[in-house]
Amino acid sequence: MTPIQTVIMIGAVALGTMLTRFTPFLVFGGRTHDGQQRKVPALVHYLGKALPGAALGLLVVYCFKDVNVLSGFHGLPELISLAAIVGVHLWKRNMLVSIATGTVIYMLLVNFIFT
Amino acid sequence: MKLKALRYAFPKTIPIMTGFLFLGTAYGIYARTSGLPAVTPIIMAAIVFAGSMEFVAVDMLIGAFDPLGALVMALMVNARHLFYGISMLEKYRDLGVKKWYLVFGLCDESFSINCTAEIPQGVDRGWFYFWVTALNQLYWLTGATIGSLAGQFITIELPGLEFVMTALLVVIFLDNWLKEKNHTASIIGVLAAFLCLLIFGSESFIIPSMALIILTLTLARRKLESKI
Repeated sequence: MTPIQTVIMIGAVALGTMLTRFTPFLVFGGRTHDGQQRKVPALVHYLGKALPGAALGLLVVYCFKDVNVLSGFHGLPELISLAAIVGVHLWKRNMLVSIATGTVIYMLLVNFIFT
Repeated sequence: MKLKALRYAFPKTIPIMTGFLFLGTAYGIYARTSGLPAVTPIIMAAIVFAGSMEFVAVDMLIGAFDPLGALVMALMVNARHLFYGISMLEKYRDLGVKKWYLVFGLCDESFSINCTAEIPQGVDRGWFYFWVTALNQLYWLTGATIGSLAGQFITIELPGLEFVMTALLVVIFLDNWLKEKNHTASIIGVLAAFLCLLIFGSESFIIPSMALIILTLTLARRKLESKI
């Protein structure tokens, strides 16, 4: 690829990504002619309240999408670490502690036990 | 005001610092070993700032020139950001010029933190969002720069450290679960995504999941709207 072609390709990737981020704000976030904040349609307002929980749920599934439960270690390292994260978080309610515990347990499991 | 918000925002980004420095470095090394010049992954980290898409972009840059394909791929891989935008419409409005940077940097991790954070009185909301977004981008850019400049000299062998990003999102989901009054939307998100993962496979389940989530939430609106 020539440098110009590379620049065009990167531009296309950036444009695609930014369209997914800016579109809701450009469509619903503007001002009307008299300078008032445009009112968000009722359905979109409702989705704005309902989607965060659903989007976080989707993201969690997305994190585990490549875990193969049928072969290898059947997702056991992930399952054990997940249980540890939930347990520690319910106990301590400290995000950093829960994340660190889960990550360290996962690293120990994949490096020393499920190898 | 800015400093106070920074002091409050920084601790919340520590897991992301760990994950982004590690994954960003891996991304920089991957781009170099694929044959791209050092400047390319750094520029992409700065102007695209969407981790998984940047890995895909490396493969596309060493392949055939196909900008339309690249555009469509970026739209599909990043379609989930549409949900983040709709969720943040009201939180990010009225923040002046900062708003446009926040939208630019609305990656998975910045969304998760900014959407669920309970910001105490006395901490400026806009600056808090700004610092979370800017720090996250700084971590990613730093990692990508280290990886692409020093990739020949270092090897990072820390198998499993990438799990920090999974742990972060699980904890954010769980924390949100403990705070929310009604769990219907969270359950719909997990079940719809899981169902679509089983049907469509890991490569192409995101867009069907989003469609199913929108459909289910819209159908449940009459019952759900008063409860959330």
